[in-house]
Amino acid sequence: MLDPVIASRLQFAVTTIVHIIFPVMSMGLAPFLIYFTWKEIRTGKPIYEQLRRFWTRIFAISFVVGTVTGIVLEFEFGTNFGVFSTAAGELFGGPLAFEGMMAFMLEATFLGVFVFGRERVSDALFFVSSVAVGVGTWLSAVWILIANSWMQTPRGYELVTENGDQVVRLVDPMAAYFNPRFFWMYVHMQNSALESVALFMAGVGAYYVFRHHVWGYQVENVGFWETTLKIALVALIITAPLQVIHGDFYARHVFETQPQKFAAMEAVWETESYVPEYIVAFPTSVQDLLDPRAKEIFGIGIPGGASWLASGGDPQATIRGLEEFEGPQPPVAIVFWAFRMMVGLGFWFIVLAFWGGYRWWRGELFQDDLLHKALMASSLLGIVAVHLGWITTEVGRQPWIIQDVMKTSEGVSTGLTGAEATATLVGFVVVYTGLLVLYAYVVVRIIRAGPPAGSDLAVIDGEQPQAPPAEVSVDDDD
Amino acid sequence: MTTTSLASLASEPLFGLPLPEIWFGLLFFILAMFLFLDGFDFGAGALFAIRDDEHEREQLLAAVGPFWDGNEVWLVVFGGAMFAAFPAVYAEVFTRYYLLMFAILGALIVRGLAPEMYEQREDERWQRWWGRAFVFGSVVAPFLLGLFVGNWMLGTSSIVTLPGVVVGLVVVALTIVDGVAFVRLKTRGSLRTELRPHGQWAVVAYLALVVITLGYVYAAYPTLREKLLSPLVLGLVVTSVVLGGIYVVATRQDRFYTAFVAGGGLVFALVAVVARLMYPTIEPGTNLTVGDAIVSTLPLNIMTIGTSILLPLIFLYFAVLYSAFSGPIEAGEGY
Ligand code: HDD
Ligand code: HEM
Ligand code: HEM
Repeated sequence: MLDPVIASRLQFAVTTIVHIIFPVMSMGLAPFLIYFTWKEIRTGKPIYEQLRRFWTRIFAISFVVGTVTGIVLEFEFGTNFGVFSTAAGELFGGPLAFEGMMAFMLEATFLGVFVFGRERVSDALFFVSSVAVGVGTWLSAVWILIANSWMQTPRGYELVTENGDQVVRLVDPMAAYFNPRFFWMYVHMQNSALESVALFMAGVGAYYVFRHHVWGYQVENVGFWETTLKIALVALIITAPLQVIHGDFYARHVFETQPQKFAAMEAVWETESYVPEYIVAFPTSVQDLLDPRAKEIFGIGIPGGASWLASGGDPQATIRGLEEFEGPQPPVAIVFWAFRMMVGLGFWFIVLAFWGGYRWWRGELFQDDLLHKALMASSLLGIVAVHLGWITTEVGRQPWIIQDVMKTSEGVSTGLTGAEATATLVGFVVVYTGLLVLYAYVVVRIIRAGPPAGSDLAVIDGEQPQAPPAEVSVDDDD
Repeated sequence: MTTTSLASLASEPLFGLPLPEIWFGLLFFILAMFLFLDGFDFGAGALFAIRDDEHEREQLLAAVGPFWDGNEVWLVVFGGAMFAAFPAVYAEVFTRYYLLMFAILGALIVRGLAPEMYEQREDERWQRWWGRAFVFGSVVAPFLLGLFVGNWMLGTSSIVTLPGVVVGLVVVALTIVDGVAFVRLKTRGSLRTELRPHGQWAVVAYLALVVITLGYVYAAYPTLREKLLSPLVLGLVVTSVVLGGIYVVATRQDRFYTAFVAGGGLVFALVAVVARLMYPTIEPGTNLTVGDAIVSTLPLNIMTIGTSILLPLIFLYFAVLYSAFSGPIEAGEGY
């Protein structure tokens, strides 16, 4: 039996790490779907209908799995983090309620229209529903990130004692909701969703382009996949550099507001100036892998880089080391390596974006098999980077559940037994493994089946196609 | 926002309204919306068990397809509203019935996934298993939700309790009542004609179970007797019987809308009884009253303002959705 605190934390980690995959897919896909719908209605070109229908199927299954895994998270605040929920309910419950009423309601109702209603509603209403779904997904991130960013940089509250319990009382809603972290978190999160979906689309497109142009298989609808690849590349060229740029500002902000977390991200134990930033870091022994200390890591570092990152341009800046903070430290190894890998991936995505852009410019986009392979291999790495970023954020905040206000160990429900918590943890590991397998299976099937063939367009699924699928002609105007 | 208006938002309830009571009522209203809307989804899922015909099964799935997600959000909002307005209750009840909450989540996961999966492949084994999963989730989820509400209402300390189980069955019967009405409204042909008797026995079973539950509560919980015999509760019981009668007649005469509305009325009457039996406590297990458990004035005022703007909008969204898909579904609809 695990300790209820450990089991609850692990369970929350497992369930959010699984959940975030699906919002990333739907938040990232939403703007693409709006664009496809708009172009479909405006131009009437079959390619846009194909794009819209194909990616809607992936959106729909992501949304369903996102819903069922999201409800789990909401419940977990009550079941596992009861003391935290009671104490912070005023600040934390409100955003969750608003998320439901403002965002999920909008998204879930219009999704019904958007997925099932093409034949039933006017073009205008159909377009409006695509926008409503998109706005809904992006608003849900607003509220959930308000809740989370407040846990990182709590503002606008006071501590009072109520029936012997410490309670966080809301005094200034604006300061609490728009706390200093919120803006960075929102920008960085939403851009990462777009980037992750761009990578995913690029990988899928590259797969078919590779089969057709490099391997010489006859791929149906190859024009569709070529267009997919190009659209994805455009999105990647825009989002990949942005992610690194605001990531940089974000890091400085973390240094200012959560210095202990920043020290853990850089594995700085003793307060120092002119701290290097290791871009590539190797542990010199297993010991360093599990207990990294910046000074003892072997790597290629930018001299003064971490100081530069922390201060916004001063390589001499001083970073407070972990030893200066009293009480328990966050697990440095996890934070240090997760942060490193996220940053590394961030740069890798820029390489991919420019490599692809360059080939395209040279007119060789469909011939470069190495590029295709790199894109295929990277198609899921955006989501991996999101996971790593969240692990940095959440593990780096330990031992606090609300920074400097409440410890994680104090937030867990008091009545909860180790046996109960362990039982559900094991249950989730089993059920969620199955869930991921099923989701992957369905997505792969959708990709295998490809877009609806040209002759199927504008007829309802399930009816027999009138003629054998014809090659769809696609223009390359994007 | 100016400092003065913020200060008054922090110190006194909006327009002097009795906000704790309003939020108590709102919470149960949201619960009723969920039980009504997702209830007919669940009912349609349960009916899957007794319809083997491929075409009929497709129709059942197509009938609920566009609505399921929107309906389920009412549960999310229920959780959110309880968390926001009565955080101590949220924490206390969810922790106390820990394993039950996760069982509900498990059933909802199966329930949510099954129709999506069912549609993925044509082969018979696959569809048989996902069909079973769909039925399982559609029956078990409302049962467990009823168990939860029953336990919460009576403040039981363990999860499996006799009254809780009976309330679970009450809710299952109710979802079948609503499911039949909904499916008959949304389909044509054999489903419409052949489901008629099912609706009739379900409503009778439902009313019988309600009477049994209330009788049991009367006998076993002397403290609740006074509330049980209050005019409001008695009135609601009589209303339910009348609505049941209307439902039976309307079902016989193929007045689909009337039956559907009567079925919905039953849900609201049931939830109102539960709320009445609880009030003024909201957590009978620890005797926490609505007044004790409510959050402080400022967040409550903000929530109230937000909700009074958003709730009408939500009704608008549902109106758009339900009117886009009004009338019986046509052959071959789906995405
Ligand atoms: C595609 C995904 C992705 C990529 C390529 C990057 N990030 Fe990131 N990062 C995220 C996705 C992400 C995230 C998952 O979305 C996080 C978690 C919480 C958040 O707001 O964003 C995050 C968190 C996060 C944090 C932690 C904030 C906190 O503790 O609250 C910092 C400092 C950075 N990022 C900085 C960077 C830098 C300097 C990057 C590149 C050079 C970078 N990120 C690339
Ligand atoms: C979806 C992306 C997210 C991921 C991948 C994620 C990941 C994690 C991880 C790994 C932990 C365990 C940390 C530890 O105990 O060492 C954790 C804990 C937690 N997270 Fe998140 N998180 C995410 C978003 C959120 C959001 C949006 C909230 C709040 C609204 C939140 C609230 C919490 C809480 C309450 C805990 C438990 C207490 C704690 O360990 O600090 N998380 N999360
Ligand atoms: C850890 C705390 C979290 C909780 C309690 C939570 C809660 C929920 C709930 C209840 C749902 C289902 C809503 C429905 O029925 O439609 C959901 C879905 C969703 N969540 Fe989360 N969530 C969390 C983390 C996140 C994060 C970090 C994001 C993104 C920034 C996010 C974005 C979404 C989106 C966009 C959906 C819609 C469904 C989908 O697109 O897959 N959630 N979440």
